Amino acid sequence: MDCRVKPGNDVPQCVWRNMKHDTFIRHLLLIVAPLIAAFAILPGVYDNHLLLFNFVIFLILAQGVNIIYGFTGYLPFGYVGFFGAGAYGFAIMVMHFQTPAPLAVLVAGVVGVLLGLLLTPLLRLSGAYFAIANLAAALAVLHFVANPALESITKGPYGVALNGTFNPTLAYVGAVIILALTLGIVVFLRNSSFGMALQAVREDAVSAAMAGVNVVKMRVIAWLASALVAGLAGGVFAWYVSVFYPDNVFSSDFSIFAIVFALFGGVATIMGPIVGVVILYGIYNLIGFTTPQYFQLIYGVLIMALVLFLPAGLVSLATRRGWNVP
Amino acid sequence: MLAYPLIAGVLFGLYFSLLGIGLNLVFGVMRIVNLAHGDFLMLGAFVAFGVFYLLGLDPLLAVPLAFVLFVIVGIVLYGLLVPRLQQSRDPEMLSIILFFGLSQVIEALVTIAFGTSERSIPSRELGSLMTAAAKALGAKPEGGPVDILGQSFPAAWVISAVVSVIAIGLVYVYLYRTRLGTLTRAVMSRRDEAFATGINVDRVCAAAFGIGLGLAAIAGVFAPFMFGSVTPAFGADATVTAFVIVVLGSLGNPLGTALGGVVYGICYMLVQTFLSSWADLLPYVLLILVLLLRPSGLLGRKVRVA
Repeated sequence: MDCRVKPGNDVPQCVWRNMKHDTFIRHLLLIVAPLIAAFAILPGVYDNHLLLFNFVIFLILAQGVNIIYGFTGYLPFGYVGFFGAGAYGFAIMVMHFQTPAPLAVLVAGVVGVLLGLLLTPLLRLSGAYFAIANLAAALAVLHFVANPALESITKGPYGVALNGTFNPTLAYVGAVIILALTLGIVVFLRNSSFGMALQAVREDAVSAAMAGVNVVKMRVIAWLASALVAGLAGGVFAWYVSVFYPDNVFSSDFSIFAIVFALFGGVATIMGPIVGVVILYGIYNLIGFTTPQYFQLIYGVLIMALVLFLPAGLVSLATRRGWNVP
Repeated sequence: MLAYPLIAGVLFGLYFSLLGIGLNLVFGVMRIVNLAHGDFLMLGAFVAFGVFYLLGLDPLLAVPLAFVLFVIVGIVLYGLLVPRLQQSRDPEMLSIILFFGLSQVIEALVTIAFGTSERSIPSRELGSLMTAAAKALGAKPEGGPVDILGQSFPAAWVISAVVSVIAIGLVYVYLYRTRLGTLTRAVMSRRDEAFATGINVDRVCAAAFGIGLGLAAIAGVFAPFMFGSVTPAFGADATVTAFVIVVLGSLGNPLGTALGGVVYGICYMLVQTFLSSWADLLPYVLLILVLLLRPSGLLGRKVRVA
């Protein structure tokens, strides 16, 4: 929305523009391009490729949470369900159909979307009910996949080993491409009437519907977009690690980390989740606790402090001063 | 064949009601999702371990101790966390994250203090005081399994079920027969109107929060007997189970939670008996089905549809 006061007219003339093309391009050039370039160059300079890969995965997941939580207000507490389903979609394609890895990653994305479609009725629930139902859904998918009765298809709880497609370099490239796609979606949401409408729905669904917004359709699209990126991320994760167990790819740490990173930076922005991942995941790896309990303790305290003292994220420090944060 | 899982299901179900009722109270009154509910259960189990292993007493004595202790803990925690949380833009969502953080802190502290090993208490020790008292009075001691309709069940299950029924009954009396309980129900149905009529909402909520945690701790005392053993990581699963039960019943209605618990308990036992490899899936599938088909719960009003 673009509002100006014309000379000789007290009432601001508001022009609803379909897309803010100038800021859209600027965000792509100033935020997305440098970030993607950095992750393209870093493997040549920095040796810990696994760490870089994990950074990319968490950037994708945090932005995926941003798409659904930041723009629609639905907290996906079982977000890892899509990630794990994507990883197993990849594994099943490779194990049973000998699909080439890049194609299997696309299938992983489709699996994520299909699971999202299956779970669209959950969007009827509000508030905490949605979050809990989503958590239950993710755990249900985990127990389904890990069921020994399905060993012939998913290998049950014994995990999968995909030696044929093992290629960390290409998988890393795939992850960076998915990150670019995800950031593209967020930049679009941030600069389009579509994203504006979503935020209007988040604030007040009834008023938004009165203003002509198709509430259900928009929520479903955001939900499926968020499921798509998580499914793709799961597929590329399976490609990269090639050996994993259900508990690895359905670990609730993925959901929690993605949500906390996104919140720490600040949702409904492009920069927020990026800043959140870089700072928090950076600290996580710098400290590198040898005893997990101390890490868990510090992390728990950090999460509580975040909610109590900075509920709108780091970007709120800037927006409070009236600065515009992309 | 069917009698055993059905009766065991009812016994477990009554216990499951106790497991859920504290969560129901907290969510119903404050719209706060206490994701650390299961961790308070786990702490209750550790109170029982303390009473039994350190003091050498009947673990049943841990029930009043755990209740009083965690009512106080709850009131203190309420003062520290909730008013600040309520100021934020989206307290219901942020409460999930806040209490997730709290559950991490509790789990980490307990792990640091006691290690990750599984702990249990021999089943016959529960109620040993009553047995001893009965012996002293010359009555026939009631140790060992209890017979119900020709099937025998561990005495610990029966004691847990009986204590659960008493606790739920007391919650009912609190909500429907005391002044503070009436105020609590007022806050439950309309927070802003209750505030406008001059009810001290903060005090009512603090009491409900304390009682909620106290009930969780009582349920925790029996957890080592019902689940075999307890580890510091026990909390997360217990929270989800408690949620299923609360949602199955309905919000703010202790009888609903009792019904939800029994339905869940019977389903659980039937699946365990006839389809054991799928038993893990049950709580989650049941939760989603209930949320989608009958979002207000078995005895509920319409409240949850977006």
